[in-house]
Amino acid sequence: MVQKPIISADAAAAMVKEGMTLHVGGFLGCGSPDAVIAALAARGTRGLTLVCNDTAISDPKSGRTTGVAPLVARGQFAKVIVSHIGTNPETQRQMNAGETDVVLVPQGTLAERVRAAGSGLGGVLTQTGLGTEVAEGKEKVRVGDRVFLLELPLPGDVALIKARRADRAGNLQYSKTARNFNPLMASACALVIAEVEEIVEIGQIDPDQVHTPSIFVDYLVMAKGGV
Amino acid sequence: MIEYVENKEIIARRIAAIFKTGDVVNLGIGLPTLVANYLPEGVTVILQSENGMLGLGPAPAPGEEDKDLTNAGASPVTILPGGCFFDSATSFGIIRGGHVDYTALGVLEVDQEGNLANYKIPGKMVPGMGGAMDLVAGSRVVIAATTHFEKSGASKLKRRCSLPLTAAKEVDLVVTDVGYFEVMGGKFRLLEWFKPYTPEWIMERTDADIEVMSTCRCADFE
Repeated sequence: MVQKPIISADAAAAMVKEGMTLHVGGFLGCGSPDAVIAALAARGTRGLTLVCNDTAISDPKSGRTTGVAPLVARGQFAKVIVSHIGTNPETQRQMNAGETDVVLVPQGTLAERVRAAGSGLGGVLTQTGLGTEVAEGKEKVRVGDRVFLLELPLPGDVALIKARRADRAGNLQYSKTARNFNPLMASACALVIAEVEEIVEIGQIDPDQVHTPSIFVDYLVMAKGGV
Repeated sequence: MIEYVENKEIIARRIAAIFKTGDVVNLGIGLPTLVANYLPEGVTVILQSENGMLGLGPAPAPGEEDKDLTNAGASPVTILPGGCFFDSATSFGIIRGGHVDYTALGVLEVDQEGNLANYKIPGKMVPGMGGAMDLVAGSRVVIAATTHFEKSGASKLKRRCSLPLTAAKEVDLVVTDVGYFEVMGGKFRLLEWFKPYTPEWIMERTDADIEVMSTCRCADFE
């Protein structure tokens, strides 16, 4: 089996170039690739488009941040395509000031648009958003007696994902609710970097228990404190 | 003279009494989350959390938190025996596919056509819809959970929502701290009123069409 290169968080961050579309796993910071995000924040690469469930948590009182919030704080995103920004007041400030373009997408639609990009589909039909602002300007498709919105695929240049464990081939296993968007992001991007807490030998993960097949993964990065 | 006193507990208790054993239920963050504390003895529902689990359990004991196990509001939670985890596509497949029996969500405005607005006040507060649009469009029964009045005294039950909609004509039931309503035929149908309020008091203070059902009764949660 082909082994995947294990690289540093900084080497991973260096693959993200100005202007790229970046898909990041995680849900309000749970299941986020924190080491690669920290390295990308240190590099300061700008003009990025983010595709992620949310812009994570930034608490101005405690100074606590999670997930992609450090990248938001440094103004590294020109555009964010997310379902929720309510726990990151800095995103809202940038949106109101016209500094960052914020596109809000219903969470299930976001998941399906990313999945469509990764699975060769020309889009998905959903009833979510009918009769709301989300439907404005979108094609409607009638199937039998039901009307759906056509939602288009959302591919990316680089996916930064987080898993609990990888084998050296790049097969991944997630932990609990830290799975969320990670497997979807892994399918939808030209380059996929998986940050993991543990790397085991090929054969040590039961093939029946692989969550993301190795072929989706290009590079592995060890999380802080990983083994 | 009846004076209105905000009471979130009564809303949570009334919603909890709707469910039967085996129902799959998604509780929104905030007021709806309280519902889990009031499930009647002997009723076992399966709580779905849209970040990727079935079998959502209570908060862990202090010191037992797991960074990889949270609810959709990022609070640490536990999983009950028989529960399971899945990715976001599966989670919303469950939701849109009609496999969630009930969803209870918070409200900015709900109107007599069943329209719900709960994700945006243009120019003021734009948190994003998160999973709410999918939950309201996909769940079998949508329960709007809200205090009856805003701080200003205006009722949150409207003839017509003025804020951007989360979903059109999807709300089935509305539970407030003065009564329990069904949305049907372009009206709020009052099923129960809560002590010390009366149907007349509720109709007087709600700018919407309310029909008092012949079966309407007083529910006393004191």
